[in-house]
Amino acid sequence: MSRARVLDTCDEAVAGIEDGSVVLVGGFGFAGMPFDLLDALIRQGATDLTVVSNNAGNGEVGLAGLLKAGRVRKVVCSFPRQADSYVFDELYRSGRVDLEVVPQGNLAERMRAAGAGIGAFFCPTAVGTPLAEGKETRTIDGREHVLEYPIRGDYALISAHRADPMGNLVYRRTARNFGPVMATAAATTVVQVNEVVALGELDPEAVVTPSIYVDRIVPVQARHYTVQGAR
Amino acid sequence: MSTSAHTTSTEHTAGATGTEKTAATAVRAAPGAVAHLDRGPLTMDELAAVIARDIPDGSYVNLGIGLPTTIADHLSADSGVVLHTENGMLNMGPAAVGDAIDPDLTNAGKVPVTELPGAAYFHHADSFAMMRGGHLDVCVLGAFQVSTAGDLANWHTGGPDDIPAVGGAMDLAIGAKDVYVMTKLFTRTGAPKLVPSCTYPLTGVRCVSRVYTDHATFEITPNGALVQESWGSTAADLAARLDGGIAPG
Repeated sequence: MSRARVLDTCDEAVAGIEDGSVVLVGGFGFAGMPFDLLDALIRQGATDLTVVSNNAGNGEVGLAGLLKAGRVRKVVCSFPRQADSYVFDELYRSGRVDLEVVPQGNLAERMRAAGAGIGAFFCPTAVGTPLAEGKETRTIDGREHVLEYPIRGDYALISAHRADPMGNLVYRRTARNFGPVMATAAATTVVQVNEVVALGELDPEAVVTPSIYVDRIVPVQARHYTVQGAR
Repeated sequence: MSTSAHTTSTEHTAGATGTEKTAATAVRAAPGAVAHLDRGPLTMDELAAVIARDIPDGSYVNLGIGLPTTIADHLSADSGVVLHTENGMLNMGPAAVGDAIDPDLTNAGKVPVTELPGAAYFHHADSFAMMRGGHLDVCVLGAFQVSTAGDLANWHTGGPDDIPAVGGAMDLAIGAKDVYVMTKLFTRTGAPKLVPSCTYPLTGVRCVSRVYTDHATFEITPNGALVQESWGSTAADLAARLDGGIAPG
């Protein structure tokens, strides 16, 4: 039984996330960040989390808020250091959060592999760099490749533009980013959307994430934030 | 895209007859190299214009965060160049201002941008498949160091207090058909950034095809870095200032 449920509140949507879970968090900076689900996760209280996301939070909202609340044991991301990533920077420098830096293409592809049933894949990214140290390599067609394994989530928390009641999703502009890939890679995918439309209102040709990948949907108020900071 | 004068042979080039070190660490003039001695080094904006000039019309191009982003300002509207941004868009337009600012539409540096007619959006795995699958024609990246063999270091100084952050640099470095580097040739303390061998942690091995700097442009060849064009110095002057360079006689 994997039919998606449309829920009334973000608190219901994040119920059951246990301590120690691996949580895939969508977004590239603020675009596509599931702010409301992250706020609910802070209230929910799960801790000792491993968070997989492109960045390690901006300002003190969204993912940075979860970090500031002390709920994250490890961050797996491609680009933690930004002008306004001071919450993460302080936690990392004081040894209170672990960091695994993953090249952005590997981050996406490792989650894609998890969602697609790929056991591992070889790729030339990072050959000869510190990020390939200790990893198995193979020369394929005369070029060295590094073996990379899937990244699976217990939960994915993502943001989309519209859903229908079945859980089909469309996104908006570059806020799509990691959402479609994370939706496939988690045991339970939770989506905050700006709008739930009636069944049949989404053009089937334009659906980006088909309903089979989606478990929980919650409509949220559109949030007005600037590119410098949320709200 | 390379001019026919860009040789990769080992034959002696004009003015490069001095004491030779190993060819792989060589910096020397390319045949037909042009030295502009009536002026000083380029400003970064002038350098952006030089790179824009060299990007072939109709290319699919990714401009890295920071300085390379400014190249877009110098691409003519009729160049047909299509900009890729790693966060999931082709045919990205200029930076957004005023009412055009949309938090759902940013570039890889999280700066609000616009879309041009013919734009397309896609998710991150597709975006990086475009790089890693060899579909992008050109990417332009910044650098801490580049070696004369084309190794690139641009993601991590390795310093104890430096938080490593790689983003998409390693994927771009191995994926784009041509990798250009845009950088000042010397650090603030005067240390060369074009070096025989990188001391910073690498981003990619033998991945750079050209190095664009304020003092000169270099083509990376199996025989080292060949000066194509220089501003304020001759190739010989620059070779003498660069570690491992050949001082032409």
